[in-house]
Amino acid sequence: MAKDSRLILDPLADNNPITIQVLGICSALAITAELEASIVMSISVLFVLGVGNVVISLMRNIIPSKIRIIVQLIVVATLVIIVDLVLKAFAYELSKTLSVFVGLIITNCIIMGRFEAFALGNGPWRSFLDGIGNALGYGIILIIVGFFRELLGSGTLLGFPVLGDPIEKTGLYALGYENNGFMLLSPMALIVVGIIIWVQRTKNKALIED
Amino acid sequence: MEHVELFFKSIFIDNMVFATFLGMCSYLAVSKKVSTAVGLGAAVIFVLAITVPLNWLLDQYILQPGALSWLGEEYASYDLSFLSFIMFIATIATMVQLVEIIVEKFSPSLYNSLGIFLPLIAVNCAILGGSLFMQSREIATLGLALNYGVGSGIGWFLAILAIAAIREKIRYSNVPPALRGLGITFIITGLMAIGFMSFGGMLTGGDDEGKVEDKSAAIEAIEEDVKQQEAKTESDLELAENINK
Repeated sequence: MAKDSRLILDPLADNNPITIQVLGICSALAITAELEASIVMSISVLFVLGVGNVVISLMRNIIPSKIRIIVQLIVVATLVIIVDLVLKAFAYELSKTLSVFVGLIITNCIIMGRFEAFALGNGPWRSFLDGIGNALGYGIILIIVGFFRELLGSGTLLGFPVLGDPIEKTGLYALGYENNGFMLLSPMALIVVGIIIWVQRTKNKALIED
Repeated sequence: MEHVELFFKSIFIDNMVFATFLGMCSYLAVSKKVSTAVGLGAAVIFVLAITVPLNWLLDQYILQPGALSWLGEEYASYDLSFLSFIMFIATIATMVQLVEIIVEKFSPSLYNSLGIFLPLIAVNCAILGGSLFMQSREIATLGLALNYGVGSGIGWFLAILAIAAIREKIRYSNVPPALRGLGITFIITGLMAIGFMSFGGMLTGGDDEGKVEDKSAAIEAIEEDVKQQEAKTESDLELAENINK
């Protein structure tokens, strides 16, 4: 049981898919200008990775190893189509913001990486836990990046103004605070992730590369 | 003109790595040495040049709403676009496998330099992203699709070449221990992306919505501006002379 809980807890920090394993960076950076988009993206990946890991794990003994990549891609693509259609039906505006990045969950390296590294060699329950753990680790970074970019870039969180009104100069803006529009541009996502990595490795010296 | 514009746009303005973050995983993982970066970059150009036009054909004649009308009247109302993810990725995976077999058969030397990278590429987001952007930007003809594929590939190639060269040099620099490796690579990429943003106004003169046709009008406006300024400086000079008097 202790081992099972490690499957979920490890990827949250010391074996984080984004900052340590360097997987799934593309989507993590492109859609984090708003917190809401980051949260929806994390939930989508949680669903795809959790279910996909179970499916692959159930089929692991009947997939010929030569065509396993194609089988894995088909499984992910099917799950992603489900996510895409659900988003289009219930959150149309958001699915426009995410645009092609929902489709790009298919080639998100976290998913293929976990299929290859874990689901092909373990039972369904442990694979499910592993999938959930890694998706949560991915989601945490996305939410941290989205939080800072939206807060510093547009002064809102989930669309609600938390720092006051920039036009009527209330709250922090009365003191002369200005939104840093630069945070909304794509390059800042890279720098924010870079800083997260810096903070994490300063705290845990064992992770430092030579 | 349309071709040239799309070509430069896909290399510099919509650069896969710096503007849309596609293919970041292999960009970070395979950029430790320039030689391997060149191999992977070449393979990406190659595969994008094949898969984007192919997927364009698929999209145009099978997937789009009404695309099946060439089969007959009764098929005109079909909309298979929800299948595009699975069709695109299947095409890409098969093509990559096929390319690998063909290259191995006909050009062993090319296979030795590209071969190990080809399986990696099937799951590279840059490849699927190329096809998905091709679909969402509604690229009009097969020629333009090929152009877009090659252009995006070259953009990706340039990006990975640049970061690999920088990483080879930065090994000798005194980076804070916790930033070494991954962290500093992220931050450098961010700085490079800021640099690439300056290409944004290259084709439209800074206005994203501007069209090429507007250029003559813009030039006229500038000429008028210049004339006005000349007139102004003349009057200024006169004024100054008057004051001096």
